[in-house]
Amino acid sequence: MSQVTVLGAWPSPYVYRVIWALKLKGVDYEYVEEDVLHNKSDRLLKYNPVHKKVPVLVHAGKPIAESAVILEYIEETWPQNPLLPKDPHQRALARFWIKFGEDKSAALFGFFMTEGEQQEKATKEGQEQLRILEEQGLGEKMFFGGDEIGMADLEFGWLAWWLDVMSEIAGVKVIDAESFPRLHAWIQRFKDISAIKEPLPDRSAMLTYFKGRRATFLALAKS
Amino acid sequence: MAAQNKVILYGTWFSPYAKMVEVALKVKGIPYEYVEEDLGNKSPMLLKLNPIHKKVPVLVHNGKAIVESLVIIEYMDETWKTGPRLLPEDPYKRSQFRFWASYMHQVFEALTEVVTTSGEAQEKAVKETFEQLYLLEEGLKGLFPEGIVSSDGEFSNGKLLELVMFSCFGTYEEGLQEVLGIDVIDPEKTPLLFSCISALMEIPALKESCNPHENMVAFLKSYREDALKSATA
Repeated sequence: MSQVTVLGAWPSPYVYRVIWALKLKGVDYEYVEEDVLHNKSDRLLKYNPVHKKVPVLVHAGKPIAESAVILEYIEETWPQNPLLPKDPHQRALARFWIKFGEDKSAALFGFFMTEGEQQEKATKEGQEQLRILEEQGLGEKMFFGGDEIGMADLEFGWLAWWLDVMSEIAGVKVIDAESFPRLHAWIQRFKDISAIKEPLPDRSAMLTYFKGRRATFLALAKS
Repeated sequence: MAAQNKVILYGTWFSPYAKMVEVALKVKGIPYEYVEEDLGNKSPMLLKLNPIHKKVPVLVHNGKAIVESLVIIEYMDETWKTGPRLLPEDPYKRSQFRFWASYMHQVFEALTEVVTTSGEAQEKAVKETFEQLYLLEEGLKGLFPEGIVSSDGEFSNGKLLELVMFSCFGTYEEGLQEVLGIDVIDPEKTPLLFSCISALMEIPALKESCNPHENMVAFLKSYREDALKSATA
């Protein structure tokens, strides 16, 4: 009986950050699927009354919500295979980029929620943020975490698998090897890590799922 | 030699995020130099230290810049081991402190919606703010079943939530009451929050960090006027 439970919703990239962290540290967990779109369970509402969202990590009966908060908890509770550097200033940089990812998510996902002229504008905005990520976040490093994968890499993990699916459905090329060589190289490196690769959601199932999501977003925008 | 251990805080007097960092420095007994930034005319130094966001607060320590107020808080606890902790020791309690500190910042953002809107939009913003304050109250009750007011000798819990409460709500409370006619922290709606903030406002180190009432009122009035003007423009 696992002491660790993850409440998640397929194929949420936020949930994957938590799954990846647990897998990288070799922590056993029980996964529970929540139907967040249509039927949130009493358990979810009890464990995350404030946001009513996934992921939620439950450890020895105690719930933690918000993926960034969960990752810090995982790091402190299971220190093996550390996901943050030791040096306080380097840690502050990692946390800066994680916050950057959270604050800029509307700009980064904008291309997927829009069409026509709005989409052109949204795509450009997203690419501006990705440029900052490419040049200042990643720079010459192998990973956002330095020589090894870290928490900031998990924050941007969605770029390595979800972005491609979303771009295909939205009909825009957001990044490619020529315009974002460093991010492109990082994506290949990141996906190569077995703890990352192994749980990745099935691509064709994702295509179906995200087609539906885009249709919903566009309909909402029109209403 | 000059950069060694030197701490400089770049802030703006009315920023609750900068205020939180400043009182944290005071509470931890870390000597620092304060630089006031005019957000309408940002200094070249600020733009160099925080080129991506161009915001305050920025903490400079040993010549290196740390930005994002809650990131600065983590850095402070990790770097200065003397003085009271900002975050508790226990990992689960730490996770709750991180969650609620971040949530309080969210509530503050909802509050700025109240300041910058009128009519129906403001009513909606007020409703949302009070809904969030209610959730905050419930959360704090769960986290601190005996109430949070800490005596001076109590360091094990961590000061962060008190500092966020003080900087986001305590310093703004009176000004908001006068400018909006709304009791944001209502003793009937959120009694724990109210009693906590009242107690915090009496602590000398925090009291002296408060912004003068007339300044807050003048600032909130002009901030609101500017926002309403640009909304109708």
